[in-house]
Amino acid sequence: MRLLTHNMLSCNIRGVTKGFPLELEVENFVTKEVPFNPDFLKHMFPKIEWKALHDAAKKMDDNDLPEQVDASMLENDDFLHRFHHALLELHLEEGALICPETGRRFPVNKGIPNMLLHEDEV
Amino acid sequence: MATRPENQAPPEIFYNDSEARKYTTSSRIIEIQAKLAERALELLALPDDGIPKLLLDIGCGSGLSGETISENGHHWIGLDISSSMLDIALEREVDGDLLLSDIGQGLCLRPGTVDGAISISAIQWLCNADKSCNEPRLRLKAFFGTLYRCLSRGARAVLQLYPESPAQLEMITAAAMRTGFSGGLVVDFPHSTRAKKYFLCLICGPPSVNTTLPKAKGEQGGSETDESSGDEENSAVGFSERRRPRKKLRVSKKGQRS
Repeated sequence: MRLLTHNMLSCNIRGVTKGFPLELEVENFVTKEVPFNPDFLKHMFPKIEWKALHDAAKKMDDNDLPEQVDASMLENDDFLHRFHHALLELHLEEGALICPETGRRFPVNKGIPNMLLHEDEV
Repeated sequence: MATRPENQAPPEIFYNDSEARKYTTSSRIIEIQAKLAERALELLALPDDGIPKLLLDIGCGSGLSGETISENGHHWIGLDISSSMLDIALEREVDGDLLLSDIGQGLCLRPGTVDGAISISAIQWLCNADKSCNEPRLRLKAFFGTLYRCLSRGARAVLQLYPESPAQLEMITAAAMRTGFSGGLVVDFPHSTRAKKYFLCLICGPPSVNTTLPKAKGEQGGSETDESSGDEENSAVGFSERRRPRKKLRVSKKGQRS
């Protein structure tokens, strides 16, 4: 799972009002190179919750993202490459996602988060 | 006629390891899925600006339809309830991210994040009540409500489905419209029993001049989906339209938006 997807995920257990961001528990992650496309990054930037991306990347030993950002930085090629790497090239392979409100743990195996809810959570 | 898989077992049971493999090695199924995905993408009418979009593949299975999304240059997140199917998607090294998820429990995504969604041959499964806790109406409501929420404004969802009956189609369509979607049903090749395909084309937000339904394929005499009548399918189309104000569906130009 890429951090792009992690940034979009939100816990939807019944009654949870703030299911985002899910905290990452990283056992194992991999890096896969993908083609750089600045248009996609610029398109996605307004939708990204930056702090969640920043913190998630840190958990995968990526300390290259600035803590504070604004849209003017999208003109900077160096920034775009860092953004690209964190968003699309880091993959959580094994670990878990933790709901910030309930502490419910969603396991991640072979890169696939198990987001299935129990009957009493629906 | 073969028994519908929907009537045999719940999807996470029906699509076990052997069924998932069968599904993904049959060249006939691969071809059909690719064609349906291609058509769904066409109906999605994404802006032709060359910018990759983030799409959902709902009921992505082994990633056959996701591959079509990748070939068109977009990123995608696939959701499926069958871990056997997702395992095969992993084996096939699809480009999208995969989530093991039951769409009848609602989509676990933040509001306004996704640029569009497609679904191939999946959402009729929502009408199954395999467990005592499964109430189809609630599951449809949870699905469409969260789908609406996670789409960005003006975004579309194109859901190809195999309804079991006109009543089921009506239930699904009505559930979608109740959550605030505009749009309706596009029926390709409505006069052919074999080739007939249903696409529920949903637009996030109220109807406007920019939200016109694309035209169906293979309709003789060039009649619109909303003008033909007589058979059971088309009465279902009419139903979805009656819920919508004015004549937004009648514009015949295909997929135009600004």
